[in-house]
Amino acid sequence: MALTTTSTGSAATAAGPVPHTASPRPPRSRQQTRGLLLIWAFVAPALIVYVTFVLVPVALAAVYSFFNWNGLGALDRFIGVDNYVRALTDPIFLGAMMNNGLIVVLSLLIQGPLAIGIALLLNRPLRGRALIRTLIFVPYVLSEVVAGLAFRLMLPPGGPFDSFLTSLGWAGDKPLWLADPDVAFWTLFAVITWKYLGFAIILMLAGLQGVPEELSEAAAIDGASWWQTQRHITLPLLGPTIRIWAFLSMIGSLQLFDMVFILTGGGPLNATETMATYMVEYGNGRSQIGYGSAVAVVLFVISLAIALLYQRFVLRRDLRGAITRG
Amino acid sequence: MTATLTPGAAPNAPTPSSPRTRLDDPTPASRRRRFDWGTPFAYLIALVMCGITVAPVIYVVINGFRSTAQINRDPAGLPDPWVVTNYLGVFSDPNFWTQFANSTIVAVATTVGVTLLGVMAAFVIARYQFFGRTFLFSLFTAGLLFPLTVAVLPLFTMLRSFGLLGNLFAVIGPQIAFALPTTIIILVPFLRAIPAELEDAALIDGAGRFTFFWRVLLPLSWPGLITVGVLAFVASWNAYLLPLLLLGNPATATLPVGVQYFSTAYSQDTAGVLAFTSVAMIPALLFFTLAQRRIVGGLTGAVKG
Repeated sequence: MALTTTSTGSAATAAGPVPHTASPRPPRSRQQTRGLLLIWAFVAPALIVYVTFVLVPVALAAVYSFFNWNGLGALDRFIGVDNYVRALTDPIFLGAMMNNGLIVVLSLLIQGPLAIGIALLLNRPLRGRALIRTLIFVPYVLSEVVAGLAFRLMLPPGGPFDSFLTSLGWAGDKPLWLADPDVAFWTLFAVITWKYLGFAIILMLAGLQGVPEELSEAAAIDGASWWQTQRHITLPLLGPTIRIWAFLSMIGSLQLFDMVFILTGGGPLNATETMATYMVEYGNGRSQIGYGSAVAVVLFVISLAIALLYQRFVLRRDLRGAITRG
Repeated sequence: MTATLTPGAAPNAPTPSSPRTRLDDPTPASRRRRFDWGTPFAYLIALVMCGITVAPVIYVVINGFRSTAQINRDPAGLPDPWVVTNYLGVFSDPNFWTQFANSTIVAVATTVGVTLLGVMAAFVIARYQFFGRTFLFSLFTAGLLFPLTVAVLPLFTMLRSFGLLGNLFAVIGPQIAFALPTTIIILVPFLRAIPAELEDAALIDGAGRFTFFWRVLLPLSWPGLITVGVLAFVASWNAYLLPLLLLGNPATATLPVGVQYFSTAYSQDTAGVLAFTSVAMIPALLFFTLAQRRIVGGLTGAVKG
């Protein structure tokens, strides 16, 4: 109700909330106070939902992490940093961290160049370009569950994928794609690449649309080869897109859960365990909420540290304080 | 946004909205000089890429039309004869329809909720000077750094103590909250770009701020709203971790969780699992095809990896 009175009351005056472009603020008046009310009425619903379901749970995770708690009963067995010590000395959790780290690095080193290369190649007038883009993007749109199940159904020993390889001329025994601890991690990485490469390519293609063709034409007239043009003109201009993609890729790799959970459940012999699957296994599967929360906090601190460092040293020019100020 | 060439368009004709529109000569001499081997190579790569991306989807859909006996006999064969009982089985499974309805309710509620709350907050953050504005924006954008995985155990205990486990609201609320950062980050620059003159004009004509928001700003920001809406819908439709922990059993689950339940419960019925899986992916694929350009456009803004 207050909203309607305010809106008619402050009409046609410069008071109230000042549009962004207007310069010096007029002294505060009653109407401006009402404008402030209107502002907070607009922000409040989002803020309440955000605080309730994002900030409070994250804070609670930090609190739980200092307790030995199964999620039921009173939260009264304070054990200090024992949960953190336990996690950071558990070889399975350390292995999970290693796996996450390896996926981060491999994604940057393999998916990045692959996506950029394919995008550069596809960034020319092609017949059926919209169709190509749609098809390349298909894996990203499928849910991880559906995609993971599809691969699980294709990859059993002697399954369709093995028959396909046989028909290509590979006669001998195939690796146990999901059951051999030495192979499963690489299978997982291949499936993740299948799932997210299309996203990277589309992102790069979108970035390439912002690179004016006149520049490459001028370079071509000056005698630059295709490769020289890409290397010295297109790639530097694609820089912001590449940096944003790398950021999203790193954060996504650290939080990897769905695909692993469906495809291997973290096995065999923890070969594909990630921090998130480990956390759900202990926190939910074994009802060790306190311990699971400590794992979650470790995961969060690692993501935060990487994000802040990356923003500080790499993204600074691109984002201009979108995540943190300064 | 993104300028796309329609499949039917001549390959060398730039679309009018494309940044590479040239008024003079559409095929520069430098390119006409000798045959460009890059183009056939690009087609080859595109073909291989599309083959790899689509093969699993085609495999699942086609093999849903075979019997389990056929699949066991020859894992990589074609249906002979084509069997429709698997698909009929899925469509006559009451759990499937419950899960389908649950997914739809959750996705629609999440989309409407996050779009509405997001645009209201983004509106004032983008267009008004007030104490705490930058802090608010930083607070929301910092949400990108709070992964759902960190919050999921406390959400579980919180919602259990409210007695909301198994209730669809248990998923809708957190999903709206976790989609807010992306939404606000995409919408703020969008709303800021709407000229202040329009607002002044509306105010002079006697409209209030609220009327301006409702009657002028919202209609003008449709493209941005559709982008964030589509992203929120697809993310919600595909979500797994939150429904898995908060909804529990097949009767209250959403489709991704239901598919997973089905595949464990009927692991011997390979054909049935394939049919269920392919039916589960159709809505997302369909929705995506319809909204393809919006999603791709929205990606340039920001998206969770």
